[in-house]
Amino acid sequence: MNGVQIVFLWSDALIWLLLAAGLGLVLLVRRSPPLRAAWGKVAASRSGMGAATVLLAFVLVGWLDSLHYRPALPAAEGAEIRYAIEVRSLLDALADPLRSRTEKTYSAPLATHAYVKESTEHPGGGVTRAFPPLLHGGAHLAGAYDKHADDVAWRVAVGVLAAVLLWLPIAVWVAARQGGWGKVWRGETATAWHAVLLTLGAILLVLGPVFSLAGGYHVFGTDKVGQDVLYQVLKSVRTALIIGLVTTLVMLPLAVLLGIVAGYFRGWADDLIQYVYTVLNSIPSVLLIAAAVLMLQVLIDGHPEWFATAAERADLRLLALCFILGMTSWTGLCRLLRGETLKLRELEYIQAAQAFGVGSGRIISRHILPNVMHIVIIALVMDFSSLVLAEAVLSYVGIGVDPSMISFGTMINNARMELGREPVVWWSLAAAFAAMFILVLAANLFADAVRDAFDPRTA
Amino acid sequence: MFAYLVRRLLYALPILIGVNLITFALFFVVNTPDDMARLQLGVKRVTPEAIAEWKAARGYDQPLFFNPEARGLGTVTQTIFFSKSVRLFVGDFGRAEDGRDITREMLNRMGPSLAIALPTFVLGLLVTVSLALMLAFFRATALDLWGVVLCVAMMSVSGLFYIIGGQYLFAKVFRLVPISGYGVGLDAWRFLVLPVLIGVVAGIGASTRWYRTIFLEEVGKDYVRTARAKGLSETWVFFRHVLKNALIPILTGVVVVIPSLFMGSLLTESFFGIPGLGSYTIDAIQAQDFAVVRAMVFVGSVLYILGLILTDISYTLVDPRIRFA
Repeated sequence: MNGVQIVFLWSDALIWLLLAAGLGLVLLVRRSPPLRAAWGKVAASRSGMGAATVLLAFVLVGWLDSLHYRPALPAAEGAEIRYAIEVRSLLDALADPLRSRTEKTYSAPLATHAYVKESTEHPGGGVTRAFPPLLHGGAHLAGAYDKHADDVAWRVAVGVLAAVLLWLPIAVWVAARQGGWGKVWRGETATAWHAVLLTLGAILLVLGPVFSLAGGYHVFGTDKVGQDVLYQVLKSVRTALIIGLVTTLVMLPLAVLLGIVAGYFRGWADDLIQYVYTVLNSIPSVLLIAAAVLMLQVLIDGHPEWFATAAERADLRLLALCFILGMTSWTGLCRLLRGETLKLRELEYIQAAQAFGVGSGRIISRHILPNVMHIVIIALVMDFSSLVLAEAVLSYVGIGVDPSMISFGTMINNARMELGREPVVWWSLAAAFAAMFILVLAANLFADAVRDAFDPRTA
Repeated sequence: MFAYLVRRLLYALPILIGVNLITFALFFVVNTPDDMARLQLGVKRVTPEAIAEWKAARGYDQPLFFNPEARGLGTVTQTIFFSKSVRLFVGDFGRAEDGRDITREMLNRMGPSLAIALPTFVLGLLVTVSLALMLAFFRATALDLWGVVLCVAMMSVSGLFYIIGGQYLFAKVFRLVPISGYGVGLDAWRFLVLPVLIGVVAGIGASTRWYRTIFLEEVGKDYVRTARAKGLSETWVFFRHVLKNALIPILTGVVVVIPSLFMGSLLTESFFGIPGLGSYTIDAIQAQDFAVVRAMVFVGSVLYILGLILTDISYTLVDPRIRFA
C-alpha cells in the first residue's frame, strides 16, 4: 500500500450536501423558538429518541461507506503509480476481513464446514463425499472442531464485555451532565436520555458479540458465491439511506415550489400545475418508474465511455433511480401544500401584508413557507420508510439499483430461490429482511414522534 | 347527473393525452428506436441491416411526427406517433415481442388478476375496518396501545417478506396449498387461497392504523358529545353514530382503487405464477418488451382516471350536501 486516490462519487457529494443541510436545519431550529419547542417534544418522546438512536447507527454505517478511494496497485520502483479499478470505501477498509474472506459457496451462520457435500479425490485412489472445512470460517481452530462451541461462547462473552465497557463511560458521562443517575433513570430529563441509553445498550449488546464472532466466523453465513452476508448487510445500508434521503432532495424543491405557487397565485398557474400532477399521478408509479428505468438502461448501455469505473456507473444509476423516484413521488406533498396555501392566503395576516404592499415573493418566503413547514417535515420523515421498502420491490422487479450494487433489494432478489432448495438456505433472506425491518421500524417510530410533535391537530 | 358525467369524462381526455405524450417522449424521444434495437438485438448481432429489419418488423422505421414522403393525411398517419400513440385511444395496442396481440392477451389475463385482487380487496377491507373499529372502541387502553404498536411493526415488514415467508410456511412446510400455478374454473380456488390470505395480512398494518385515525377523528366531533349528553350508551353511540359516519370517508377513499384492481398485483402474481396482468407486466419489464409496457401504462392511467370519476360520484351519493356541479 503506497498511497490512495480519493474518489468522489456523485452520491458522496450529495451525502455531504445532506449533512450540510442537516447542520443548517439545526442552526435554523436553534434560532426559532416555535421550531425549538416542536423538536423539544420529539426529544422528550421515548420511542422517538430510541428510534433516532438506531437511525443514527445506520447513518454512521452509511457515512463510513461514503468515503471512497482507489488503492494504489503495487508498482515497480520508479514506475508511475497506478490505481486499482475497484473503488473501496472506509467501511471496506475497516471490515476488510469480511470483504476478502470469501468461501466457495453457501455456508451456514457460524459454520466451520461447508453447507453442501463435495467430492474429494484421494491421491491413493478413491473418492469420498464429505462436508469440506471452510477456508476462513473457524480456520483459527486449526482442526480442533470439538472446541467450536467453547470458542463461540468465549467470543460472545468477549463481545458482551466490550459492549458493557463501551456503554458504561457513555452512560456515566450522560448521567453526570444531566444531574445524576436517578434523574436520568426515572425519565425526568427534558430529553429522553434513558431511551437513548437503553437503545444504545441494546445496539452495543448485539453488535459487540457479532463483531467479536465476525473475526473468526461468518456470523450470518455466506451466500451462493461465498460472500459474507454480514458484509452485504453493512453495504446495503448506504444504498437504502441514499434512496430514502436523496429522493427527498429531488422531490422537495418541486413539491414546495409548485404547491405554494399553485395555491398562492391560483388562476392559470394553478390549473397548469394541477394538470401536471394529475397526469403524473394517473400513471401507475411502478410502470412509470419501469418505463423511465428501461429508457435509462438503454442510455447507459449506449454510452459506456461516460464511466471510468463500474462503481461510477452503478452510482450514477442509483442517483438516476433517486431522480426518477423523486419525479414520481412529489405529487402527494404538492397537493397537500397547495391546499394548505389556499387556506393560508385568505387569513388576515397575509391580507395585511398584501395591503402593506409586500411583494409576492416575500409573502411566500416569510409568511407562507414557515407556516407550511410542519407539513413538509412530516411528509419527509413519512416518505423515508416507504422509499426504503420500495427499493427492495423495484430491485426484485429488475428496475431497481444496478445488479452489481449491493442493496437489500439485490440481496433478496439473488436469494429468492433459496427457500425452495433442499436443504433450505435461509440466512441471506433472513439477514436482509431483519436489517430492513429494523431500519424501517425505526424510521416509522421516529416519523410518528415527529408527526405528533409537529401536527397542530394532535397538539 | 348525465351532463355532469359527460363533463367529467371530457375532463379526463386532456389527462390521457398528457399521459400519452409523456410515454411517447420516454420511449421514442429520449432514446431513438435505433438504441432500442441495439439493446434488444444484443452486442453481437448489431449490423445496420439487422437494426433496419428489427425496426421495420415493429413499424419503428417511420418518422416520429411528420412523414414528408407520404401524401395527404398520410403525412400525419404514417408516423410512429400516430401508429403507436394515437392508436392506443381506440384500444389497439399492437403486438408484443412474441408476436401476440396485446389487446387479446390483456383481456385473457384480466380474469385471473381479478380472481386474486377482488377477494383480497373485499376481505382486506372487512378485516381492517373491523380491527380498526375494535382499536377505536377500546381507545386509550392497553389493547389499543399494543394494537397500534403491532400495526407499526406490521407495516415495517417488507411486502416481499409476507409473500416469500407465507409461501415457504404454508406451501412448503405445511403443504396445505400448491406452491404456485393456476387452475381452470372452480378448481382454481386452491391456488387462490394463499395469495389472497397473504395480500390481506400484508395490508393490515397500514390500513388498520389509518382507519383507526379516521374513527378517532369522528369520535371527537360535537354530535358524538351531544349523543352522549342525551344519555345514549357508549356502545350505542359508537356503533350507530360513529361507525356510520366514519364509513363515509373510508368507503369514498377506497373507491379510487376499484378500477385498478383489474391491473392485478405485480409481486403476488409473479411469485405464485398466476397468469394475470401483473405477471404480464413484470415479464414485459424483464424482457424489455417496450410495446407491452407502453400499453400497460396507458391502461393503468385510464383505470386510475376512472377511479377518480367514481370517487367524485360516490361523494355525491353519500353526502347530499355535494351537488353535481
